[in-house]
Amino acid sequence: MAVTLFDSHRRFLQTIMCNGIMEGSKAKAVHRHCCEVYHTPYTDDSLDEFIDLINSYLQPLFMQIRKGMSEDDGLQYYTLVNMAETDITRMSSDYADNELELFRKTMDLIVDSENGTASSTDVLNCADSLQTKKMKKKETEQVLSRLVQDKWLNEKHGEYTLSTRCIMEMEQYIRNIYQDLVKSCAICHNIAFQSQMCCNPSCGIKIHIPCAARYYKGRVDPRCPACSKFWPHEIPAIRTSSQVSTLSPPVASAISTSQSRRMR
Amino acid sequence: MSQKRRLAGTQSSQSRVFMPNEVVMEEDEDVSFTQPSSSQLQRGLDRLTPAQVDRKVAEVVQFILIKDQKKVPIKRADIVKNVIKEYKNIYPEIIKRANMKFEKVFGFQLVEVDPKNHAYILVNKLEQNPRQPAVMSPGHPKTGLLFVILSVIFMKGGVVKEPVVWNTLKKLRVDQGEKHEEFGDVKKLVTEEFVRQRYLEYTRIPHTEPLEHEFRWGVRAEKEVDKMKMLEFVSQVHDQEPQTWTKQYKEAMAAKGGSSRS
Repeated sequence: MAVTLFDSHRRFLQTIMCNGIMEGSKAKAVHRHCCEVYHTPYTDDSLDEFIDLINSYLQPLFMQIRKGMSEDDGLQYYTLVNMAETDITRMSSDYADNELELFRKTMDLIVDSENGTASSTDVLNCADSLQTKKMKKKETEQVLSRLVQDKWLNEKHGEYTLSTRCIMEMEQYIRNIYQDLVKSCAICHNIAFQSQMCCNPSCGIKIHIPCAARYYKGRVDPRCPACSKFWPHEIPAIRTSSQVSTLSPPVASAISTSQSRRMR
Repeated sequence: MSQKRRLAGTQSSQSRVFMPNEVVMEEDEDVSFTQPSSSQLQRGLDRLTPAQVDRKVAEVVQFILIKDQKKVPIKRADIVKNVIKEYKNIYPEIIKRANMKFEKVFGFQLVEVDPKNHAYILVNKLEQNPRQPAVMSPGHPKTGLLFVILSVIFMKGGVVKEPVVWNTLKKLRVDQGEKHEEFGDVKKLVTEEFVRQRYLEYTRIPHTEPLEHEFRWGVRAEKEVDKMKMLEFVSQVHDQEPQTWTKQYKEAMAAKGGSSRS
């Protein structure tokens, strides 16, 4: 801890906390913005260094800004994780006991599934068998939408998946509870839910979809990196960050125009 | 005397994690916490290893951060019951160190808002800049709405009757009677949520029939919002110099002097 934190670091940390989770390109923009506002030296590639310094102060508090890949778009995200208490008790101040049980059941379904998803029908059916306190369908739907809103779950076409933030924050907890039931991605070695699995029953390794896209890019004869058997899945296309950030230019220009308007 | 010697002894023998500034902090008695007495506190600290104390401080920091997400004052009783527990006898020391972490690492400050019931809020010590693009600032669209209300109150001398606020918002197409796309129930947001978060004070004007209410700045607003920045912003909108508003300018200058001291 030779170097002290400046307000630019504090502002960056606050912004991450407020957003819950932040995509890499946005984190870069925020980094730059924070350095400009507080006149801190800035270089284009120093984000990780910047974060390391913040982390050296967070470590005694059992917290950390961690970088992780989203299983959906393959992009890097940053979030503040709590390392002391990696289980669901982290959520306990916001959710009732039966709501937490529903979340655990949803997690069970996701872990048990092959592709890392749980259908809303299955989750709704769980609600009848909650031991703490049963939940009506309507109630269950509300809890689920709150879990999505609070960024613990993602929902797409009636299928629930664990959000990037949830996986990053609860990775240790999930590994402890489910042990051998969860697998790591053979490419990036992080825990894998939404993934492709090797069809060889004695192998059965998993690869994240975005990792598969990168790994198999341009290969004519895709094979399993572990057992060399043919990889029978469709090779997904790489989603580059430029594709995703097509959304951001209008936002960026909106910022700059509103700013210049106010400057006058 | 013997207390002090013993403390010095423990430090040298078992404190690899002990930070040098902690010794200094123990001498500077914080008056806002009267119980337990300083000698009790010292004895309590003697019985624990620095690592144990650090761990407790970290737990308190986390607890307050999680609780603060709701922006509702956090009761001392809750902190003691849920986190501090058997470390109750060194409570003031733990809170003091937690506050140092908040200031040094997060740019927050722990403020006691309710001395009777001992409740705290976390206020942001980083400069709030109204011109900052909303996407970059930690906060919600609600902050914009709040900012408008606070500036109306400030420019009108610190207190306004309820209809003044509603009429201002109406001009911005935010109607208290209607459900707003972004803010939902506007009346509830302004008179309940902002009040609970201590951004606004909403009080009944005595002896009025029918009932009338007025708005003032809440404790959190006083701590977090830079009046000079607000005045500069308002004067830019009106294309005037901040000094045009003599009273507000004086008040903003006074607030500036006050905050730079702390």
